Amino acid sequence: MLSGNDGGIAISVQGAVKLYGSLRALAGVDLEVRQGEFFGLLGPNGAGKTTLISALAGLARLSAGHIAVMGHDVVTDYRAARRMLGVVPQELVFDPFFSVREVLRIQSGYFGVKDNEAWIDELLENLDLTSKANANMRTLSGGMKRRVLVAQALVHKPPVIVLDEPTAGVDVELRQTLWKFIQKLNAAGHTIVLTTHYLEEAEALCTRIAMLKAGRVIALDTTANILRRVSSHALKVRVAEAIVLPEALQEKLVCHEAEEMSFSFEKYEDVEAMLAALRTAGAVLHDVEITKPDLEQAFIGMMSKA
Amino acid sequence: MIAFRTLLYKEALRFWKVAFQTVGAPVLTSVMYLMIFSQVLADRVKVYDTVRYTDFLIPGLVMMSVLQNAFSNSSSSLIQSKITGNIVFVLLPPISYREFYAAYVIASVMRGIVVGLGVWIAALPFAQVAVVHPLWALGFALLGGAMLGTLGIIAGIWADKFDQLAAFQNFMIMPLTMLSGVFYSIHSLPSFWQGVSHLNPFFFMIDGFRYGFFGVSDVSPWLSFAVVAVALTVLTGVCLEMLRRGYKLRH
Repeated sequence: MLSGNDGGIAISVQGAVKLYGSLRALAGVDLEVRQGEFFGLLGPNGAGKTTLISALAGLARLSAGHIAVMGHDVVTDYRAARRMLGVVPQELVFDPFFSVREVLRIQSGYFGVKDNEAWIDELLENLDLTSKANANMRTLSGGMKRRVLVAQALVHKPPVIVLDEPTAGVDVELRQTLWKFIQKLNAAGHTIVLTTHYLEEAEALCTRIAMLKAGRVIALDTTANILRRVSSHALKVRVAEAIVLPEALQEKLVCHEAEEMSFSFEKYEDVEAMLAALRTAGAVLHDVEITKPDLEQAFIGMMSKA
Repeated sequence: MIAFRTLLYKEALRFWKVAFQTVGAPVLTSVMYLMIFSQVLADRVKVYDTVRYTDFLIPGLVMMSVLQNAFSNSSSSLIQSKITGNIVFVLLPPISYREFYAAYVIASVMRGIVVGLGVWIAALPFAQVAVVHPLWALGFALLGGAMLGTLGIIAGIWADKFDQLAAFQNFMIMPLTMLSGVFYSIHSLPSFWQGVSHLNPFFFMIDGFRYGFFGVSDVSPWLSFAVVAVALTVLTGVCLEMLRRGYKLRH
């Protein structure tokens, strides 16, 4: 497929501003996605994710700023830019006149690709669509239509693939199939940009994440760094009856409700000392739980701060 | 070129897949017009000295079918794609606005010509004259089809809902066609209404096309040709500018 990650820039967004009347959908976005990255674009509804993707794909035009895909400006060099890009749109759209195979042949032609049958067969196979190849689009279930959208975005083997909430309303089985396939493409060198509302998905898949709020990037870092920055591990305990906490534990207390307490800690070595301190204070432990930092906490933390 | 050819193929395949509705139905409608009007009016309406009313009616109906179906093709394809959202499939690929324009217009002309041929063949048993200048007839059919295909793109892009498109069709295309002399010669009108008819570009398309059939027309075919060519050029300019700017397509 593609040669591996050579570290070049896949997507470059510079000073992107998009105004819809008085609404600033993008209020000056700068970011770069490197080739071979699995990049997450997160943010609440109305943060500007879809506007940014639309501008990237040429569906919307920026009020100011520039976007380039693999070095090609999406406005002045749009043909080259669009050839480099495959977009899976958020909405479940389809053309009711054609069969799955016809749709994929037509989409190949739009990108100037002739005789694409071998790749179309491979796409159908990988997305579990082979048995539906000759079915009319109208007759497919929502999940099947979603798979066809993914196949349509990939007919021209784009080096950069953008998926705008591809698993919204999709069953577990399809999510698995889809992620396996996308990870395979990423391993083969394709750059992946993903927007999703399922934060555990972004946490599991994305190496780097940008968080958007009100048209601005409020965080841009590796997934690991983002997690480290905004949340730490937590030790949750339930004790038999209320106790007086020693000072060392007071500092680490995050949450205290009757017999339930939650303490933050950085390293696992700290846990032993914390439990010992609790015992010394006379606590009888009924339940102990350790929780890892997750993106959901990080996300909520950042969104409320920014 | 592959992108343009594919878009053209897709647009042609789209109407062909529902040919009962896009070809069969308009042919049947025109044949009904022909049977009823020629039966009822043949002895009452006199057009040219040398041409029977039924023969006069046939090219008018053929051209009306060409025009209405060329308009329907591009306008309905675009409004459906816009409303269902599948227009993104043609907006995401590297298709230039000129290729986009050419593909939609040519597909519209194809549907217009297919329906027009259908009406003409169905009308042959009623006709008593041969086509005198087939090239003139073909030329007007192509130009008229292209003009209405272009108008269809403009309307399809402008309209946000089916209702607006229907208004465009019913309050603009239909009256202009009906008042263009499909069913009568404008020489049978009072001079004021003759003058008004000369402001209607559809009149020149029908009249020029009819000249191709009989070698007789209300005005010179060269004048008709010039009017249609200018109208097509202006509409093409407007349409290309809309597409270049991405009006209502790229926000």
